[in-house]
Amino acid sequence: MGKPHSEVSGAKIMTRIKSFLNSDFVYRFRKDKVAVVSLGIVLVLVLSAVLAPLISPFDPYDLKSIDIMDSEIPPVWDENDGDERFLLGTDPQGRDMLSTILYGMRISLMIGFFAVLLQGILGVTIGLLSGYLGGKIDAFFMRLADIQLSFSTLMVAIITLAIFQAAFGAELYSKLAIFMLILVIGIAEWPQYARTVRASVLAEKHKEYVDAARVIGMSPARIMFRHIFPNTLSPILVISTIQVANAIISEAALSFLGLGMPVNQPSLGSLISSGFEYIFSGSWWITVIPSFFLVLLILSINLLGDWLRDALNPKLYKD
Amino acid sequence: MTGSSDTPLVNILNVEKTFGDGGGFLSTAQPIVKALNNVSLSIEKGDSFCLVGESGCGKSTLARTVIGLNPPSKGEIHYQGTRIDSLSAKERQPFKRKMQMIFQNPYASLNPRMTVAQILEEPLKIHEKGMSKGAIKQKVEEVMVSVGNDPAWGPRYPHEFSGGQRQRISIARALMLDPEFVVADEPISALDVSIQAQVLNVMMDAQEKRNLTYLFITHDLSIVEHFGSKVAVMYLGTVCELADVKDLFDAPRHPYTQALLSAIPKMDGSGVNHIKMSGEVPTAMDLPSGCVFHPRCPYANERCRRDIPTLADNGNTKTACFAVEEGRV
Repeated sequence: MGKPHSEVSGAKIMTRIKSFLNSDFVYRFRKDKVAVVSLGIVLVLVLSAVLAPLISPFDPYDLKSIDIMDSEIPPVWDENDGDERFLLGTDPQGRDMLSTILYGMRISLMIGFFAVLLQGILGVTIGLLSGYLGGKIDAFFMRLADIQLSFSTLMVAIITLAIFQAAFGAELYSKLAIFMLILVIGIAEWPQYARTVRASVLAEKHKEYVDAARVIGMSPARIMFRHIFPNTLSPILVISTIQVANAIISEAALSFLGLGMPVNQPSLGSLISSGFEYIFSGSWWITVIPSFFLVLLILSINLLGDWLRDALNPKLYKD
Repeated sequence: MTGSSDTPLVNILNVEKTFGDGGGFLSTAQPIVKALNNVSLSIEKGDSFCLVGESGCGKSTLARTVIGLNPPSKGEIHYQGTRIDSLSAKERQPFKRKMQMIFQNPYASLNPRMTVAQILEEPLKIHEKGMSKGAIKQKVEEVMVSVGNDPAWGPRYPHEFSGGQRQRISIARALMLDPEFVVADEPISALDVSIQAQVLNVMMDAQEKRNLTYLFITHDLSIVEHFGSKVAVMYLGTVCELADVKDLFDAPRHPYTQALLSAIPKMDGSGVNHIKMSGEVPTAMDLPSGCVFHPRCPYANERCRRDIPTLADNGNTKTACFAVEEGRV
């Protein structure tokens, strides 16, 4: 009984994949060189970050493998001092830069992804509620969003994190830093989602399919999440890519200011920050190489987001 | 509760509907639009009750008010003797399955992100909580076949179908719960003429097989003649004439109905001397005093400008017109 069913659904999935690969969406993606290259870069970076424990030559969290005598070795292409063990050199603590960057990117991406997930859940729920129910609920949440948008994200985050750092003490804070960053960045940016979703809901809720759902006698919650929400997905998809990039930037900025990830568990931002002190003593690679990876990651995500926005907006056909 | 022969299936009593309000804290005042003024109609079981009138006369508003999409500002709506407009959402639920609606635009009334099968299963999932998957599937197939759709359409999405096919899917959705009363808001005006007849036949077929009562909104008078049993003519939010279809087409009595019927083009060319009306339809934000039709009525006198006429039984049709009452037409 179960087997033929799974075979049928397997065949269904295959035809779905085939029709997806033949769709306009994929065709236009293939024609856009920038989009293909950025997707390639993002995939390589994300994969290498996810697989960091498997592919990186050292474990930067393993204190035993770190030798202080190896500190500040320049990258391998420096013929005088380069060490072939350390492809991209080492940092002041003697950690291999390549491994540290891979692990750091892992943390940056994780914070970016989960912060955006939190923003999305908050923002989509609030946006659906205010758009569909309107009235006082709408007025309340949208004024709240206006107020929150009048503070810059970084300002709110710096104040909140500084207070927590003082309250928890540096040691406890360094353990909780990753959760705090996700929470602060997640809560700080929900209005972006809420406003976008609300705008789409306002356009959707006057369509007749919503009236039809009401005539059938569906509950407002079911109408909102099952009927309207799927029709607001394309703008959500577009802002999600851009928000991931923004969240990574925010995290890097906060870490650079010393409010983010601790030195023993560095993200890209804290790596850049820790190398900054050594940049005038000639150890440029500690700051420049992680910066390069950060810029590469953000740029590719943003280019991908731009392409997605164009692709999902039929009014912007370019050719 | 049970509808005896003298309680109408749907009874609309002195319904008024206004939109907009005088504004409040932090909200600007919006002009008040009087979409429906003191409308009373009763729809008997088995009727094909047609509602005609020009754009903006309140036909759709009345339909939406009856079905519960817009609550009336004043007045009552009764279904088989039970007042339904004041019920809470939960109390109204049993009535929702008896009253269904077919919408005007088949391109907007089907959710683009749901398959045909999902769209048709939704009503059953809401109202028949205990129904098994197999039974739901069977019911969907049965209704699909009854409106002339191929049951194999289930896994496909609405954009894959033509206007007529979509409208038949929309009819199927309305019939999923075996309703007694179906409101059809211009169900064929968005369709190609060749498809209109087909969809109309599907609806008449369903009426015969399922013993349906229709409230059918249209601005196409030839469809009223073909489809309707009773007809109400609306002008600017009021009912100006109410009659059996045959009586109305034989001898229209209200000046507006006369003008409306004379505008139907005729094959023999005799329609060229239709009654020409001067002026524009006044805005519903600023209704004329007295009879709403008086600024454009050739028979209007002082009384028409002063008093509001009510629907009265005079002759074969019910009219709201002083000129008809006084024999001036």
